[in-house]
Amino acid sequence: MTELTELGVKAIRDGVAAGDFSAVEVAEAFNAAVAEAAGLNAFIVTTPDHALEAAKKVDADRAAGKEPGKMAGVPIGMKDLFATKGVQTTAASHILEGFKPEYESTVSQKLWDAGAGMLGKLNLDQFAMGSSNETSYFGDVANPWRRNDGGNAKLAPGGSSGGSSAAVAARIAPAATGTDTGGSIRQPAAFTGISGIKPTYGRCSRWGIVAFASSLDQAGPMARSVEDCAIMLEAMAGFDPKDSTSLQLDVPAWAANLNADLKGKKVGIPREYRMDGTDEEILKSWDDGIAWLKDAGADVVDISLPHTKYALPAYYIVAPAEASSNLARYDGVRYGLRDLPEKAGLQDMYAATRAAGFGDEVKRRILIGTYVLSAGFYDAYYTQAMKVRTLIQRDFTEAFAKCDVILAPTTPTAAFALGDKLDDPLAMYLNDVFSVPASLAGLPAMSVPAGLNKDGLPLGLQIVGPAFDEQGVLNAGLAIEQRAGFTAKPEKWW
Amino acid sequence: MSNYRIHGATGEWEVVIGLEVHAQVTSKAKLFSSASTEFGAEPNAQVSLIDAAMPGMLPVPNRECIRQAVRTGMAIEAEVNKWSRFDRKNYFYADLPQGYQISQLYHPLVGEGQLVIEADEKAGIPEDKVIRIERIHVEQDAGKLMHDQHPTMSYVDLNRTGVALMEIVSRPDMTSPAEAGAYIRKLRSILRYVGSCDGNMEEGSMRADVNVSVRKVGDTELGTRTETKNVNSVRFVMQAIEHEVQRQIDVIEDGGKIVQETRLFDPNTGTTRSMRSKEDAHDYRYFPDPDLLPLELDDAFLEACRASLPELPDAKRARYTGDLGLSDYNARELTAEVETFARFETLLAATAKGIGKPEKDVATQVANWSLSVAPGVIKALGDEADVANATAERQASILDMQAKGEISGGQAKEIFEIVLKTGRDPEEIADSEGLKQVSDTGAIEEAIDAIMAANTDKVEEYRSGKDKLFGFFVGQTMKAMQGKANPAVVNQILKDRLG
Repeated sequence: MTELTELGVKAIRDGVAAGDFSAVEVAEAFNAAVAEAAGLNAFIVTTPDHALEAAKKVDADRAAGKEPGKMAGVPIGMKDLFATKGVQTTAASHILEGFKPEYESTVSQKLWDAGAGMLGKLNLDQFAMGSSNETSYFGDVANPWRRNDGGNAKLAPGGSSGGSSAAVAARIAPAATGTDTGGSIRQPAAFTGISGIKPTYGRCSRWGIVAFASSLDQAGPMARSVEDCAIMLEAMAGFDPKDSTSLQLDVPAWAANLNADLKGKKVGIPREYRMDGTDEEILKSWDDGIAWLKDAGADVVDISLPHTKYALPAYYIVAPAEASSNLARYDGVRYGLRDLPEKAGLQDMYAATRAAGFGDEVKRRILIGTYVLSAGFYDAYYTQAMKVRTLIQRDFTEAFAKCDVILAPTTPTAAFALGDKLDDPLAMYLNDVFSVPASLAGLPAMSVPAGLNKDGLPLGLQIVGPAFDEQGVLNAGLAIEQRAGFTAKPEKWW
Repeated sequence: MSNYRIHGATGEWEVVIGLEVHAQVTSKAKLFSSASTEFGAEPNAQVSLIDAAMPGMLPVPNRECIRQAVRTGMAIEAEVNKWSRFDRKNYFYADLPQGYQISQLYHPLVGEGQLVIEADEKAGIPEDKVIRIERIHVEQDAGKLMHDQHPTMSYVDLNRTGVALMEIVSRPDMTSPAEAGAYIRKLRSILRYVGSCDGNMEEGSMRADVNVSVRKVGDTELGTRTETKNVNSVRFVMQAIEHEVQRQIDVIEDGGKIVQETRLFDPNTGTTRSMRSKEDAHDYRYFPDPDLLPLELDDAFLEACRASLPELPDAKRARYTGDLGLSDYNARELTAEVETFARFETLLAATAKGIGKPEKDVATQVANWSLSVAPGVIKALGDEADVANATAERQASILDMQAKGEISGGQAKEIFEIVLKTGRDPEEIADSEGLKQVSDTGAIEEAIDAIMAANTDKVEEYRSGKDKLFGFFVGQTMKAMQGKANPAVVNQILKDRLG
């Protein structure tokens, strides 16, 4: 029998349902794999008991003949941005170190209700701000992949969902939750050779997810196949009256309706994404993707998204602006870190607590956000950025009049080495150049593995669909997955 | 135009006043959370995860609060915006867990409206005056700091955090403390009619930020204004204005300049003092709240709001003087408070029904009873009176007997006194306590005959033209009947007999 940790969501669920193995066996196998993988630093805390208890319940329910949930018996990693009742929830920050919520996020609750268990809380960039998982207070996460040059430079797993991508790629979790604000599911998925989908804004409830940029934040699954992503997204999505921005739509049967036959579908290729200086190998993988989708029956059309070049600057105004306000609640008064210097007044306490509790990148974005919202600058920055956002949305609307999905690279490069871009925030921000436009437009977008570059590192392809058409995105993803034949996996070094 | 003028050392000054009234919306739950809004709970007993701004918590608008604000807007004849939006006002303070207040800066729920303050000669308001209202927006209240619980620390009570407020912003249309007072009273009356705010200023349900500036009579430019925050009674608002006006004039006449600043009112001294100036004013970094979608109201919702509006103070007053024929004074007094008109209207309906006459025929009688007779009896009884006994039914029964001539005005009061003390039935009291007028003509005729026989000289004088003596005969008859004769019957028989 295949090693249990090699199995994905569907294989585990179906295997448990068929009695091929028990959910407890699966949980124990992954708990052991997690325990052995401390070198990746993918988890901030591990919760083997949670995984085991959930598995026992699944096994008991099966014995009692109960209908299994969509995720029955599947232990997963939970990004530490989701509030989990009684389990430390930090957003990878010092300011929330030790914070144990008395509540469970809607998305994590839905997953537990569907029969999933929790292996632990996954590392991430602090408050989901970063593209390399290097801004975590709890240390860098190492990408399980290494270059094939014989060196052993540690690479970034992407970010902000770096713990999630590393864990799934390393087979210490069959799947994990991610959140995506400007690419935080797609970019780490691309860097680690896995799949991940950010659904339409509003599909997954934001209730109980530590907020970064409310108008952009969206949860989604990260797994090793398109089908696993579809199954898990079904379990995560759905209207939540506790989130005013939640979509009042039924959750479609995405997994059951997966169909890689793209006959009659049009795939748009945005010319503005062919930027000067883009890695040749990235461009080549894009051409591969085009060929695969044609092979699946799709027609390929050139499209234009003329405001693409303004997306990144607009994003780095809107997201920090919202963050500067969202993070004001971490003030040392009610929970989390409190730094109260001798004879400190209220303002001193705020300053000391926030100086000690936030990392450099978080402070940088709070400062940027505060600046762009300031009197006298608001119109020049925030208002202008919101106008750009509207134009980008319009670009997509016009493009989707001509095509059904859009194909583009996920990232401009493969995974870079830890430390490479840490001192150059702008270079780091450029990593989001292909992922940010879909975020600003609130559209469903996914990354699927396309192959390896000459360094032996995975590359991802991105599919963007119109609002609410996760099915179209997943179908195109499946067509690529079936043709890319991506079976490579990182060699275990940890 | 008010004639309120201040005589300064350098000439005559006039005053420009605008008010921002914060009115707590009557609702069971808070604006964005389901926590209770009940007044007087233990500190921090009514705090949801949202109010405490726990990580990942999200606001969800309470439709009832929106409904109440819309109804209020309609009551001040304002345009209700079908599309409005919530903005965040960012600042750090211990009573503000989110680090921002959710408010509406750019697109308020309610636009331009107005109300009318009534002429009041004594207060220096020569005629009715329209005060324009710029907007009403909906926002969250903050918590409360308690500085007296610990020697070195302040405590925070978040019960009030997130409670819905309407901020009702007037135009600078008021020109005297009296007008400002009349404006707040009128606004409070409208809010209470509508039921959107209980208007309880002592409990902080209504507070005003008072904007005041002064200028020389004849100047057209507005002077620099100051804003005195959170003044919580009509009297204090007027005091704050009076003090602020005098202070500003003194500063200017001494060669100084008014600084645009926020000030605090001290109710103990009746004075204001500086809180913070414009220089260290906050930059609130307002921006649209990304956790909330724009608020879009459909026609059905607006129609339901409009249909639920009660008769408003001005309309009611007009109906009282017009349809019911009440005096201006009675109409004003009866319509000032919700409880007053409610009691009056219930009693009026019961009385009209009992007597079998249209309401307008008994309205003045009921109004006089409600405004002066009944309150007089209650006041005189003091602690002995249990006003719960004064049901509309019992009072209507008294008024009914009085209208039919069965009891006199004095007897009505006596019966009401017993009702207040005991809750007994008025008719039963009238019967068993002998508190009924005698309308039995036989008894009255007998008494009158005796009186005429004993006063033949006066009868002669009357018959020879001394009409004034009629009162003497009435008095004698009533005395003989021990005050229990029906005066109308007495009059009639006397007229017949005296010729």
